[in-house]
Amino acid sequence: MPTLLDKIWKSHVVRPGNGQPDLLYIDRHLVHEVTSPQAFEGLRKAGRKVRRPELTFAVCDHVVSTENRDRPLADAIAEEQLTAMETNAAATKITYFGQTDPHQGVIHVTMPELGLILPGQVVVAGDSHTATHGALGALAFGVGTSEVEHVLATQTLPQDRPRSLALHVEGELPKGCGAKDLILRAIGQLGTAGGTGCAVEYLGPAIRGLTMEGRLTVCNMSIECGAKSGMIAPDETLYAWLQGRPYAPSGSDWQQALVYWQSLPSDKGARYDREETVELSGLEPLTTWGTNPGQVAPVSGTAPDPAAMADPDQAKEAAQALEFMDLRPGQALSQVPIDWVFIGSCTNGRLEDLTEAAAVLRGRKVAPGIIALVVPGSMQVKAQAEAAGLDRVFTQAGCQWRLPGCSMCLAMNPDVLPAGARCASTSNRNFKHRQGQGGRTHLCSPATAAASAVKGRLSDPREFM
Amino acid sequence: MEKFTTFTGIVVPLDMANVDTDQILPKQFMKRVQREGYGEVLFHHHRFDQAGQVVDTFVLNHPRYGGASILLARENFGSGSSREHAPWALMDYGFRVLIAPSFADIFKNNCLQNGLLPIALSSELVDEWFKRVTSQPGYTITVDLANQTLTGSDGFACYFAVDPHRKHCFLNGLDDIGLTLEHEEQIAAYEKAHTKPWQAGAPEVHS
Ligand code: SF4
Repeated sequence: MPTLLDKIWKSHVVRPGNGQPDLLYIDRHLVHEVTSPQAFEGLRKAGRKVRRPELTFAVCDHVVSTENRDRPLADAIAEEQLTAMETNAAATKITYFGQTDPHQGVIHVTMPELGLILPGQVVVAGDSHTATHGALGALAFGVGTSEVEHVLATQTLPQDRPRSLALHVEGELPKGCGAKDLILRAIGQLGTAGGTGCAVEYLGPAIRGLTMEGRLTVCNMSIECGAKSGMIAPDETLYAWLQGRPYAPSGSDWQQALVYWQSLPSDKGARYDREETVELSGLEPLTTWGTNPGQVAPVSGTAPDPAAMADPDQAKEAAQALEFMDLRPGQALSQVPIDWVFIGSCTNGRLEDLTEAAAVLRGRKVAPGIIALVVPGSMQVKAQAEAAGLDRVFTQAGCQWRLPGCSMCLAMNPDVLPAGARCASTSNRNFKHRQGQGGRTHLCSPATAAASAVKGRLSDPREFM
Repeated sequence: MEKFTTFTGIVVPLDMANVDTDQILPKQFMKRVQREGYGEVLFHHHRFDQAGQVVDTFVLNHPRYGGASILLARENFGSGSSREHAPWALMDYGFRVLIAPSFADIFKNNCLQNGLLPIALSSELVDEWFKRVTSQPGYTITVDLANQTLTGSDGFACYFAVDPHRKHCFLNGLDDIGLTLEHEEQIAAYEKAHTKPWQAGAPEVHS
């Protein structure tokens, strides 16, 4: 009784490893400007060619400015990376969505949106959030730069089969909670290494009930519990979302593909290597209080007391995290004043996320002194949001409406959280210094980020609903 | 990739769990287009304070661990971002071997691609090595990959597990791409059998 993972794996083995890693075919290879230059350099040095340029798609997102599309970029090294991307794509005949392309956007937002990622495919990118694409019923995982080079040269990767982990999500999402709260709860429960070596398959009616955008949010953060990939079996919700997208199959191709896709979901009684359950009842809007995504609590709750923790290592980590975050044990999170709000990223930079934030901000104002950036995940999201008037909702509330890019998710462009500043952020990592040297990050949903912007402190969005 | 057979080096004990790749190589230093030169910014936020002064208390800055080439760490080393700059930085700094109870998946893979050997041991054994390294200045470990043993300069020794395929690649300095290209015929056969645009065929753009 094979699982979704088993089926995809089996259909992609070019050469069985027989004790060594299997050689796996890669259907889609996604590339961005930060982790690829050394791969192209390696290829050139070895005199190797790109085997299937038509299966690799590149975009610039990490270092681009969200204020303008001027060249050269202010930062000389960022400019060098962008130039390298352009030169490498042109030299190897890879499709590249550059700064001003209508398909430019954050890699994990724009690629699925274009219909480039399809169920049953194996998808890799030199980026740890590649698991995002598992929401389309694909096996998607992040790889390092040497593996990027390997895929460019061979369109394959030697891979050990990950263990399968069935994550049963029980119950319904309570009012005020969304996909982000669901996945933060799961990470909080499993821990940041709880999924190491696993491909997680998310199961249960709450997962089925999610929109595609919600599913992308859930799969996006799989890596934050250490999992290699996260996936959701294809269904009608996916097919309806996918059909008609620019690169999706059409006509008789679509019909044939559909027959194949419908054979992919895990069989009844399929055996997983591991099973876990996450219960949604009693879930409340969440935020992180610490410096990893598993250190999470209800916004209406309090920062934990390390002294009350049974595990001494956990207590030590919590104490260090609280110190960095400048929080007291037991402090009410809803009393914590913030300075910045970041709404965007490959986790929550899609239209539904912006709609959710705008619903809270409509007719309201951002609290005095708060700097709020709203960064659409792609040019398409931006156009759709503007067509729906969301940009005006944001600007009238006092937010800055920006151009697509990774922005303050990791601050490799000019959008940097200043030292000591505190940010309510819809991104995926609250590691120390990620949003800027000395910056403090509270991960949360778009609704919670918007509510926090209005209040000027971390806030439960339910009072605005 | 360079061949790896036996290796002896000074060990530095980094007594921290869940060291993520942001700590190993802060992202602001990823803005280069070559692989070299990252050693000087390895663990930058730990080695230097905000004014750029050397932090004497950080273990890599202790003179007694100068020239260390084996890093001893705690569990889940290398979590977070997939950046291969982390192993590049560790190697550029001079490390050839990492020892910890566990490593994050992508990071471990990245190390293996670059000839940096990650060795996972039980927490008890890692504890034991920590005790020995911290109590004896100049402590070295000899890694014998063929026999899969670690031997300390005081004679303490243990066995370690390693994937046989990886062991073969390390011992012979084999590069993954070269290995794969030996199977070119099978790759071509796979491609011939999977030409549909929703498989390994080129996607067509419609609108
Ligand atoms: S938005 Fe953040 S997590 Fe996503 S690809 Fe960009 S930097 Fe990575």
